[in-house]
Amino acid sequence: MLADITVVERIAERGGRAGAIGDVVFRAVTFLFALLVLLILGGVIVALVEGAVPALRTFGFSFVLTEVWNPVTEKFGALAAIYGTLVTSAIAMLVGIPVAFGVAVFITEICPLWLKRPLATMIELLAAIPSIIYGIWGLFVFAPFVQQYIQPAIIDSLGQIPGFGALFAGPPLGIGVLTAGFILAIMVLPFISSIMRDVFETVPAILKESAYGLGATRSEVVRQIVLPYTRTGVIGGIMLGLGRALGETMAVTFVIGNAHRISASILQPGTTISASLANEFTEAFGDLYRSSLIALGFILFIITFVVLAIAKLMLLRLQKRAGG
Amino acid sequence: MDLYARRRIANGVVMTLSVAATAFGLLWLVLVLWTLLENGVAAITPALFSQMTPPPGSAGGLLNAIFGSVVITLIATLIGTPTGILAGTFLAEYSRGSRFGEVVRFINDILLSAPSIIVGLFVYEVMVVRMGHFSAWAGAVALAIIVVPVVVRTTEDMLNLVPNALREAASALGAPKWKVIVMVSYRAAIQGMVTGVMLAVARIAGETAPLLFTALNNQFWSTDLNAPMANLPVVIFQFAMSPYADWQTLAWGGALLITITVLFLNIGARMLASWSTFKQ
Repeated sequence: MLADITVVERIAERGGRAGAIGDVVFRAVTFLFALLVLLILGGVIVALVEGAVPALRTFGFSFVLTEVWNPVTEKFGALAAIYGTLVTSAIAMLVGIPVAFGVAVFITEICPLWLKRPLATMIELLAAIPSIIYGIWGLFVFAPFVQQYIQPAIIDSLGQIPGFGALFAGPPLGIGVLTAGFILAIMVLPFISSIMRDVFETVPAILKESAYGLGATRSEVVRQIVLPYTRTGVIGGIMLGLGRALGETMAVTFVIGNAHRISASILQPGTTISASLANEFTEAFGDLYRSSLIALGFILFIITFVVLAIAKLMLLRLQKRAGG
Repeated sequence: MDLYARRRIANGVVMTLSVAATAFGLLWLVLVLWTLLENGVAAITPALFSQMTPPPGSAGGLLNAIFGSVVITLIATLIGTPTGILAGTFLAEYSRGSRFGEVVRFINDILLSAPSIIVGLFVYEVMVVRMGHFSAWAGAVALAIIVVPVVVRTTEDMLNLVPNALREAASALGAPKWKVIVMVSYRAAIQGMVTGVMLAVARIAGETAPLLFTALNNQFWSTDLNAPMANLPVVIFQFAMSPYADWQTLAWGGALLITITVLFLNIGARMLASWSTFKQ
C-alpha cells in the first residue's frame, strides 16, 4: 500500500518536473514566433528605409513633389505615381462603397435565410480570385469594352461640359486611370461588403424589432438603427478596403498604361506606385533608379500602414463595445 | 397618407437598389469566370502539362511553370504554417489580456492586409541583394511572409473557440500546460486550423507581385532552388502582356488553372469550416 503511494508520488513528481520544463520551453518557443511577427514588420521598415536612402538623399523632400520620372537623365519624382495611386483608389471607393453597402443590406436585411450562406460565399469568392486574373481579364475583355462603348459615351456627354469636361477629355484608349479604378472597385467590393455584413449582424435584434414594432420601414431601420449603431465598424471596413485598393498591384498594372504623368483627364493613362514597381523594378539599371523605386515603395508602405491602422482601431472600438 | 406613401416609395427604392447592387456584384463574378472558361478551356491540352514554356512565336506548354509554382508554394507553406501556428498559439494561450499580445495582434492584422508588392521589395533587399541573384528560395520566403499572418489569425481565432472546460479538465488530470495545448486544444481546433492553412495556400497560389523581384522567371526546366524558377503567375504576366498569340493562349490556360485551384481550395476550406466542432 505504502509502496504504491510512493510510486504514484514519484511518477507525479517526475511528471511535474518534466512538465514544468516543457512548459517553459513551449512558452518560450511560441513567444519567439510571436516576436517574429513584429520583427517582420520591423525588418520591412528597415529594409525599405535602407534602400530608399540614396534617392531621398539625392532628391530630398522634393522627391515627393516632383512629377518628372526620367530614367535616362536619372531625374525621379514620385508625384505622378502618388497621384495615380490616390485617384484610382478614390474611383474604386466611389464605385465600391455604395455597391458594397447594397450587398451588405441585401444579405442581412432582405435575403431569405436559405440564400444567405451561398450568396455571401459567392461574393467572397470575388475576393479569392487572384488579382492577376482581374488584370488579364481587364486587359483583354474589359478595356476593349470600355474603349468601344463606355468612353465614347462619356466623352460625348460629360466631356462636353465646359471646365468639368477636362476630366473626361481625350481619345478613348480603353486603358487608363478610370478603367483601373473601376477594376479596383470590383476587387475591394467583397472586402468592404463582408465587413459591413459582419458589423450589421452585431446589431441586437431587439433594437431592430423595436423599430419595426413602431412601424419603421426596412430602409428606415437600416438608416436610423443599423447605421448609427455600426458607424465605426462601417468606416473601419471602408478603410480596410481602401488599404487594399492603394496597394493592389497586378490588376492595375495591366490596365493603367504605365505613364509617369499627371493628366487632367481620368480617361488617360497614368501609373500607380505599385504598378511602377511591378513594371520597372526588374529592369531598373542604375542604383539611383532602383533606389527611387524603393522610395516609392516606402511611401506606399507609409500610406497603407496609416490607413490600415485607422481601420483596425475603428473595428477594435466597435468590437469592444459589442463585447462589453 | 401622403407621408406614408412617400415612406413606402423611399423604402422600395432603397431595397431595389440593394438588390441591384447584389446582382451587379455577382455579375462580375460570372463575367470573369465565363471569360476564363471561354479562353482557357481551349488552352488546356496535353501539351500544356508536358512541354516547357516556348520562345515567342512557337507552341509549347507550362510544365516548368506549374512545377515551379507547386514547389515554391509548398516550401512557402512549410515555412509559414508552423511559424503561424506557434505565434497564434502564443496569442491565444499565453497572452490573454497582455499588452505584448495586443501589439502582436495589431501588427499581424496590418500584415494581413499589407500590399504584397512591399513584401516582394523587402525580400529583394534582404535575400536577393545579399545573395547576389534571384532564386526560388527568395520567392518561397516572400510567399511564406504572406502565409504567416493568415495562419496566425485563424489559429488564434480557432483556439479561442475551444471551451475552457476542456482545458480545465485536462489540467485537473495533472497535465502540464504545454500538453493541454498540444493534446487537447490543438485536437479540438484542428479543423479550423487546417481551414486557415488552406485559405493561406489559396491566397499565395495566385500571388504575383512578390514573385516578380524574388523568384523572377525561368524559361527552362529548373529544379535548382538557388536559381530563378519559372512560376505560373509571373509567366501569365509576361505572356499576357506580350503581342504573341501563342503566348497569350498559354496565359489564359495558366489563368484558368490558377483560378480553378484557388476556388477549389476556398470552397473546400469553407466546407471543412462548416463541419467544425465548435461554432461561434
